[in-house]
Amino acid sequence: MSLVDYDVDTQTLTCRDEWDLAHLTVLQAELQALSIPRDMPILINGQAITKMDSAAAWAFTQWQAGRTARLVDFAEPNLILLNLVEKELAVKPVLSQVKKLNPIAIVGRASVAACKYLADYLAFIGELTLEIGEWFKKPNCIRWSAIAAVIYRTGYEALPIIALISFMIGLVIAYQMGLELKAYGANVYVINVIGLSVLREFGPLITAIMVAGRSGSAFTAQLGMMKLNQEIDALQTMGLTPGQLLLLPRVIGLVIALPLITMWADIFGVLGGIVTAGSLLNISWYDFLHRFPGAVPLKTLLIGLGKTPIFALVIASIASHQGMRVELGANSVGRNTTRSVVLSIFFIIVVDAVFSVILSELNL
Amino acid sequence: MSFENPIITIHNLSTYFGKDCVHQGLDLAIKRGEILAIVGGSGSGKTTLLREMLGLMVPSSGSIQIFNKELVGASKKTKVGIQQRLGVLFQQNALFSSLTVLENVSFPLIEHTSLDKETIKHLALLKITMAGLAPADANKYPAELSGGMQKRAALARAIVLDPELIFLDEPTAGLDPHTASGLNALILNLQRTMGLTVVMVTHEKDTLWQVADRVAFLGEKHVLAVAPMAEIVKNQHPLIQLFFDHGT
Repeated sequence: MSLVDYDVDTQTLTCRDEWDLAHLTVLQAELQALSIPRDMPILINGQAITKMDSAAAWAFTQWQAGRTARLVDFAEPNLILLNLVEKELAVKPVLSQVKKLNPIAIVGRASVAACKYLADYLAFIGELTLEIGEWFKKPNCIRWSAIAAVIYRTGYEALPIIALISFMIGLVIAYQMGLELKAYGANVYVINVIGLSVLREFGPLITAIMVAGRSGSAFTAQLGMMKLNQEIDALQTMGLTPGQLLLLPRVIGLVIALPLITMWADIFGVLGGIVTAGSLLNISWYDFLHRFPGAVPLKTLLIGLGKTPIFALVIASIASHQGMRVELGANSVGRNTTRSVVLSIFFIIVVDAVFSVILSELNL
Repeated sequence: MSFENPIITIHNLSTYFGKDCVHQGLDLAIKRGEILAIVGGSGSGKTTLLREMLGLMVPSSGSIQIFNKELVGASKKTKVGIQQRLGVLFQQNALFSSLTVLENVSFPLIEHTSLDKETIKHLALLKITMAGLAPADANKYPAELSGGMQKRAALARAIVLDPELIFLDEPTAGLDPHTASGLNALILNLQRTMGLTVVMVTHEKDTLWQVADRVAFLGEKHVLAVAPMAEIVKNQHPLIQLFFDHGT
């Protein structure tokens, strides 16, 4: 049973049944298949239409446009609907086209955006530095409790996972190196290898990367949500700057917490080394610890720990900056959180490389 | 329009959150083709009732029939079948922020129909203009629109599948009176032209007077009265008096 029937003799189009979204494709096809000349005046009977929705009304109006047709026996609501659709269609929608850019323009735009981003980041750092200046004028506006909360969340709560990871790193390094050293009969040098690599590089680096993923992302997502919720605006209207209340506590808290958990990571990394040394290379934990101070100079530990405040600054500033840059909805929270973690880890490694170059120039 | 056959029948509905009772023995029938407003003080369970009718929450006991099908304890398939026939305008609009207005409105069509892209675009644009937005706004993201325009975009999405029934949660909350009355006129217009049944939760007296055919007053955990606005303001129940006296 078709939705439309055309009687050539009476020039009458009879419509029937359900004219709705579910039958839209059928209706469109049937109307096209009728092949009634455009200039032929016709009579359209709508008595048998049981249901009409705006999708069908749209299809019908499109088909009917430019024809001389007289509608008869259409139900009142259907006529109203047809009129409405006709009126809406009369306004020709102009959709603005999205311009396609050529590859060179895309590269150009990306470069300009990157430069703007850098300038924005530097301005953000500058603002934060000025905010620290405020502290010297009014020392009682330092938010100690907020800083403590940040240390608790980024430091204390991270202890188990940091311990586990650095223990395993120590274990693996000692195992891989131990196999080589054993071949040369240089078993005891595993102490040097573990001490130098864990204290100087792996401890600080692994901890910083872990914290960037754990806390950096949290900073960005939280600040971003607060921005979307207009909480940041609310703070500003109360005469408080987000810098004092939200950003500086995060930066300072992380600068305090990261060296502490790096120390913790160093301990567990060496512990991992001790375990492997004991089982694989027959070096007892007593021997290991006894030789440790001789094999590993104190400066190794200090250099390792000395890098961590800089790592903390990188993580906290990038994460806060990305959080404050969130705008236009949930999408941008996700994008900025990703960017925050990726940029933090990237710059941690860059900073680490810069440290290596400078320290080797200084013969340290 | 058959007025004898209700589109929604709620019978003996009870809702508990833990030990807190929100509804107890609540009965309500919504007629086909009418605009029913649900009002009541804060915490009277309006939004809870709405969420239960949408199938987003399961009441503790009682029955909700929509399109003559039982919603409480219904299989997932029945639920989805009912949900496809209704449209919702959420209080916070709930427009997908990562999609443009056109994509937002097209979304139900893409998911639920097998129409070609061109047709979907035209139908979505038709609904967008019917909701009173300019076609130029179609390529914008929700965050780029004003509050009133976001409501209109959300309304366009709610009506894109030509539902028989639409739910509006505080459609005019937070809008200026001019925009609000524009939206009210739009709702009325759509209801008349598309033969919709509208269930709305609202606080705004202007909306109640302008739009609602009947008003259901929620209080003391059930429906205290259902009547046209002109009658309900004369109701002597103290809660109702308190609600309407203030500021009229």
